[in-house]
Amino acid sequence: MRLPCPHCGVRDRREFTYQGAALARPDSPDWGEAWDDYLHNRDNPAGETRDLWYHDPCGTWLVVTRDTVSHAVHGAAPAAEGGA
Amino acid sequence: MAYSGWRIIREALTGNTGWAPVWRDPDPKPAYDIVIIGGGGHGLATAYYLAREHGLTNVAVLEKGYLGGGNVGRNTTIVRANYFLPGNSEFYSHSLKLWEGLERELNYNVMHSQRGLINLFHSDGQRDAFVRRGNAMINQGDDAILLDREGVRRHLPYLAFDNARFPIHGGLYHPRGGTARHDAVAWGYARAADRRGVDLVQNCEVTGIDVEGGRVTGVQTTRGAIRAKKVAIVAAGRSSQVAAMAGLRLPVESHVLQAFVTEGLKPVIDHVVSFGMGHFYISQSDKGGLVFGGDLDFYASYAARGNLPMVEHVMEAAMTLMPAIGKAKVLRSWGGIMDMTPDGSPIIDKTGIEGLYLDCGWCYGGFKAVPASGFALAHLVAQDRPHESAAAFRLDRFRTGRGLMDEEGTGAQHNLH
Repeated sequence: MRLPCPHCGVRDRREFTYQGAALARPDSPDWGEAWDDYLHNRDNPAGETRDLWYHDPCGTWLVVTRDTVSHAVHGAAPAAEGGA
Repeated sequence: MAYSGWRIIREALTGNTGWAPVWRDPDPKPAYDIVIIGGGGHGLATAYYLAREHGLTNVAVLEKGYLGGGNVGRNTTIVRANYFLPGNSEFYSHSLKLWEGLERELNYNVMHSQRGLINLFHSDGQRDAFVRRGNAMINQGDDAILLDREGVRRHLPYLAFDNARFPIHGGLYHPRGGTARHDAVAWGYARAADRRGVDLVQNCEVTGIDVEGGRVTGVQTTRGAIRAKKVAIVAAGRSSQVAAMAGLRLPVESHVLQAFVTEGLKPVIDHVVSFGMGHFYISQSDKGGLVFGGDLDFYASYAARGNLPMVEHVMEAAMTLMPAIGKAKVLRSWGGIMDMTPDGSPIIDKTGIEGLYLDCGWCYGGFKAVPASGFALAHLVAQDRPHESAAAFRLDRFRTGRGLMDEEGTGAQHNLH
């Protein structure tokens, strides 16, 4: 599997660290259902998914859109810009 | 049909023409007391113990493919009870005891071989950790023996003891650990459950779970609707999809774990050897293949196959531990779909829906758990309260933070186990 870093081009999977599903952080600072959901529960889709990857050499957090069944990668964009 | 040595001899002399299918292939009935979704090891064991322990035989196991076609056929066959934390410790201890009586009980050769498992250590700190684990195992009533370097050498003379990075200082020996024939476990439970009247329905994919007024009433399948008073989800890597049919969102992420087997060789490895520093473990199948595996690829995947970086890592670990393995040729590799929980421990619990039960989150430890998981889930479904051996496997432990079982001590967070 190779992932497209917007800054560095298509790079080997070994340059990236998987950081889990790309989810919106709850607004409230207080512990509750929203935080439990954010930290633990997952849609865990068999098919298209959006997840966070860290590109170790350039330090960019990416949101990658890919398929969990075929391992096809559809795109990647910096998480700071809202992701792919 | 009962199996015996005498029967095998007779069949051998008569061209093996007397064997018949050992379980029925029934069409699903319109209604059952209990429906189990998933005909893998855990689901089949659950069906068997429902019948044997609780006398409940109006039960169907629904399998979307064929029996035992999932993770029970895609693992590295290791059976052990060397867990550390309360909750896990008594559960896996119970499981090993069930394994030890399984062949007699099922009248089925699951090839359970207690050849002993050795976890290697490479530093003083690691030694201390294994002393502590060994004591926990002994306190649980299981067996653990601390081996020094020479002790390991007596068992495993072929390892690279003087590796510069990971010299072998010793190992924790678990003599009752070993392997079993993976498919045979599923087949043995299937045959035994079928004989007690359980319907094993293959090619029957569940497409919906019916819930009325907070209570489960049945399932929709590719072979029609089936009413049920109770439904148990035992779907391993696909648990999230099945649970979503009932509106549940689980603390589970599915990952790929790869394993490998070499061409058949003469007997060389007569233990299970675990090399934690390389996330590598190896044993030899009765057919002669060296069966080994490594760590997760570490990204969510349903592909049932992995990527090359982990293949390379596993091969490097193998060469580090036992350079002689370089002479062997890898024959096949495969991947299982692991239902990973945040703390790396499983879930056997009720759900918020009356009559709907959940057995999932086996991470990479599901094979050895098959008997005890089936036993505990059967107890939960039949009596509506957890069996004492699995009372800690609660679904709500992540929300409450109480009773987390993080064996690796890395934190109860996805992607750390």
